[in-house]
Amino acid sequence: MSHDRSPPAHLRPSALFDAATIHEIQRAAREGLYKIRGFGAKRALPHFDDLVFLGASVSRYPLEGYRERCGTDVILGERHASKPLHLQIPITIAGMSFGSLSANAKEALGRGASAVGTSTTTGDGGMTAEERGHSNLLVYQLLPSRYGMNPEDLRKADAIEVVIGQGAKPGGGGMLLGQKISDRVADMRSLPHDVDQRSACRHPDWTGPDDLEIKIQELREITGWEKPVYVKVGATRTYYDTLLAVKAGADVVVVDGMQGGTGATQECFIEHVGIPTLPAVRLAAEALRELGLHRGAVKLIVSGGIRNGADVAKAVALGADAVSIGTAALIALGDNRPELAEDYAKLGTAPGYYDDWHLGNDPAGITTQDPDLERRLDPVAGGERLANYLRVLTLEAQTLARACGKSHLHNLEPEDLAALTVEAAAMAKVPLAGTDWIPGQGY
Amino acid sequence: MCGIAGLFLKTPELQPKLGALFSPMLREMSERGPDSAGIAVYRDVGRNAAGDPRHCKLSLYHADPAFDWDGLAHDLGAAAGIAVEVERLASHALLHATGAPAKLRAWLLAERPEVRIMSAGHSLEIYKEIGLPAAILERFAVPQMAGSHAIGHTRMATESAVTTEGAHPFNTGDDLCLVHNGSLSNHHQVKRWLQRRGDARFQTENDSEVAAGYLTYRLSEGASIAEALEAALTDLDGFYTFAVGTGDGFAVLRDPIACKPAVLAETDDWVAMASEFRAIARLPGVEQARVWEPAPGQVYSWGSE
Amino acid sequence: MKAALAAASEALDLDRLEVRDLNRRLQGAETGAAFEVLNPLGRHSLAVGLRRPVEVTLRGHVGYYCAGMNDGGRIAVAGNAGTGLAENMMSGLVRVTGDASQSAGASGHGGLLVIEGNAAARCGISLKGLDIVVGGSVGHNSAFMAQAGTLTICGDAEAGLGDSLYETRIYLRGQAGELGADCVEKEMRPEHLAQLTDLLARAGIAADPADFRRYGSARELYRFRVSNLGAY
Repeated sequence: MSHDRSPPAHLRPSALFDAATIHEIQRAAREGLYKIRGFGAKRALPHFDDLVFLGASVSRYPLEGYRERCGTDVILGERHASKPLHLQIPITIAGMSFGSLSANAKEALGRGASAVGTSTTTGDGGMTAEERGHSNLLVYQLLPSRYGMNPEDLRKADAIEVVIGQGAKPGGGGMLLGQKISDRVADMRSLPHDVDQRSACRHPDWTGPDDLEIKIQELREITGWEKPVYVKVGATRTYYDTLLAVKAGADVVVVDGMQGGTGATQECFIEHVGIPTLPAVRLAAEALRELGLHRGAVKLIVSGGIRNGADVAKAVALGADAVSIGTAALIALGDNRPELAEDYAKLGTAPGYYDDWHLGNDPAGITTQDPDLERRLDPVAGGERLANYLRVLTLEAQTLARACGKSHLHNLEPEDLAALTVEAAAMAKVPLAGTDWIPGQGY
Repeated sequence: MCGIAGLFLKTPELQPKLGALFSPMLREMSERGPDSAGIAVYRDVGRNAAGDPRHCKLSLYHADPAFDWDGLAHDLGAAAGIAVEVERLASHALLHATGAPAKLRAWLLAERPEVRIMSAGHSLEIYKEIGLPAAILERFAVPQMAGSHAIGHTRMATESAVTTEGAHPFNTGDDLCLVHNGSLSNHHQVKRWLQRRGDARFQTENDSEVAAGYLTYRLSEGASIAEALEAALTDLDGFYTFAVGTGDGFAVLRDPIACKPAVLAETDDWVAMASEFRAIARLPGVEQARVWEPAPGQVYSWGSE
Repeated sequence: MKAALAAASEALDLDRLEVRDLNRRLQGAETGAAFEVLNPLGRHSLAVGLRRPVEVTLRGHVGYYCAGMNDGGRIAVAGNAGTGLAENMMSGLVRVTGDASQSAGASGHGGLLVIEGNAAARCGISLKGLDIVVGGSVGHNSAFMAQAGTLTICGDAEAGLGDSLYETRIYLRGQAGELGADCVEKEMRPEHLAQLTDLLARAGIAADPADFRRYGSARELYRFRVSNLGAY
């Protein structure tokens, strides 16, 4: 390639029309259709990295890492369910459909999560025998499309998640391109083979919190009031949405920030709709505190850009009871790994950049329905990698919590944090480090 | 996000029982709106001591239970040169006076901005409070009220605060009231549009108050309530079921997508409207009623015009 | 003895029984048991989640989600039904003598749903295999994104019929408003006439199959294409 060299210094790049922007205008002019891709928001956003913990020193006392326990479990569904979920760690696997993911990937997620005592979640395609079989705790999603929805699977589930939106596309519906609609996927979804499938953005039989309340009652009636009912929203007007989800009867509110991933969505949606996870956690926790339910009968799960134990601990400190991971879990299974560089190059991409999860030609065998590619993912080995990763997240979160003197993760609080940037201070309502100043709250 | 109940009596013989028939309807909508409730009752046109046909009524609210309503009535009377009577109902006061309600409303907005004007008109009275509908109905003795029609609302607040003034129904012009189930998507723009056009004053951040203000504006241009609602189909965006009351009329409108529920029932004696059938289920004669779901984007009206 | 018990219909009065108790009774009833539900008065989620061929007659109007996710139950409503009648039904029979509100039969997978009166908007939305027969007319956007199964309408259909339709077949006797995107009239071939004849017979609705027209998907929207942008 001859144009590998940096351009001469006298050529001034435009900050506005940068190389990616110019490339996208050229692509749009050529193809006449918006850009669809997977992954989450890629641009820099205020995030948990902009916060730090105030570890114990003289005024507070830390716990010994190897002798003094730091609890990590969380119980979900105590409000209305006769069979609440008891997770050993506050990190769960977010909903990702069979269809979007291969059966082996779903099995690997189940194996990894079960090994460490946490749950996985179905997605916009119904429940497969593989994931039910390999997930000790499985959350069954009720989505607008209702693909594969049936009362038998509903009864087999350990919890029900009513999905209103997701962080990558609040207000939008799902998408699955024809390349990924195998015969099995089509049959599970009652779709013709070889279509570009669009899912609805609203539920077919209710709209708004007053009707959602009736819907939740119906789901409880069908399942004998046993199962926790989650309500999942993409982060936008999060304070109000959380209040309304609780008023409608949710046991658990799931808030997915704009960094949350997706299998296939318009790029303009991924990058331009929704608010970052950082303010979303704080807003949701504020709503639960106002209702007197925070750290109580209603639990808050937060997702969107959780990568390490520090993210987990900070989300919990800001008010989450647990977090969900999707993108990070796929990376743990083997997505975007350097060993696949040659395969990625053939697809015009590279390790660390691969986001064509919608195309179905994933060399890692994760976001595909191609039997040959799928075989590349060993569900047992993948599950072990995921379990390892979840253990690391937990150990890291415990390390930080112990340093703050906590014998349980859920005792982390916003006052254990300081912000490094004015933006993060304003969004998380945490003081700028070294000050007692929270923007918007005066001096 | 809410529950709606409305009852319009066609036979005068039923009027003494309006509150008794209407109260159970609203109670049945409690689950749809546990935050607050409000009731608009149309009754007693022209009932004042002097028998003045231009008798007007103002329902007012102040957060302070010890508020000096007599002092307010005195000042208003002195300023307008009229006699003003005060009737206390729980946290509300009902002022009886003569003259144009709009003038009295304008004086209150200018001189006593701390007082919330729940309604102004000749026959309309509005009462609203935070809390469960059953308690609010009792507090204002609604089951004992006689009248020609009533509209009520139970509220599950969406984006504006749970306050007494944020509860429905909203009254923005003489004898007009509106309740709403749904969520508008362009109300900030419509509000600015109305504010540029003069005397529209809003007391809350509520989208439904904007819808009421919009109808009042169209009525002030000379439109009938049915015409005003037709125009709303073009100008108001979002999801809504509206129930609207006027001095002698009752109307219902759902947006063209019509996701928010509504049921209508009609007999020779009454017209009932509610978010769900269960609110209507125990009305006398319901077995013989015509029961139907209002069609999307179609204005239904009874009474005036 | 058992047969005699099953033949007699047991009355369950919702003025004395909670909805939760009613559903528990119906869900746990043996195959062939028969019940009559009194005073439904628009209550929600009545006779939901049935898993066996149990006969249930509801005497009066019902609220949201009556017969929701029905899997084998034979449920009759002597009155009108609220939103989401027989939503996500799997198998069995649901019959309403009056009208049904919006989203009747939404995402239903199997069985037969008969609405003798009219159905409101979005009847058969997201349909996945259920057969719906409506004696009267249907509201706008009926069979929206419907994937499989049939929707038979003896009256008229409001605008948006069959919008973004997949493989559901629509049989319409009356007039259609403006058709939804990708919905087109198709030839009524002998196999369609046979299917419609059978549907009407099973629904117990006297109508001449020859009076109906068939609508289906033009399949133009099955793949994203630049030329289809106006339809999305």
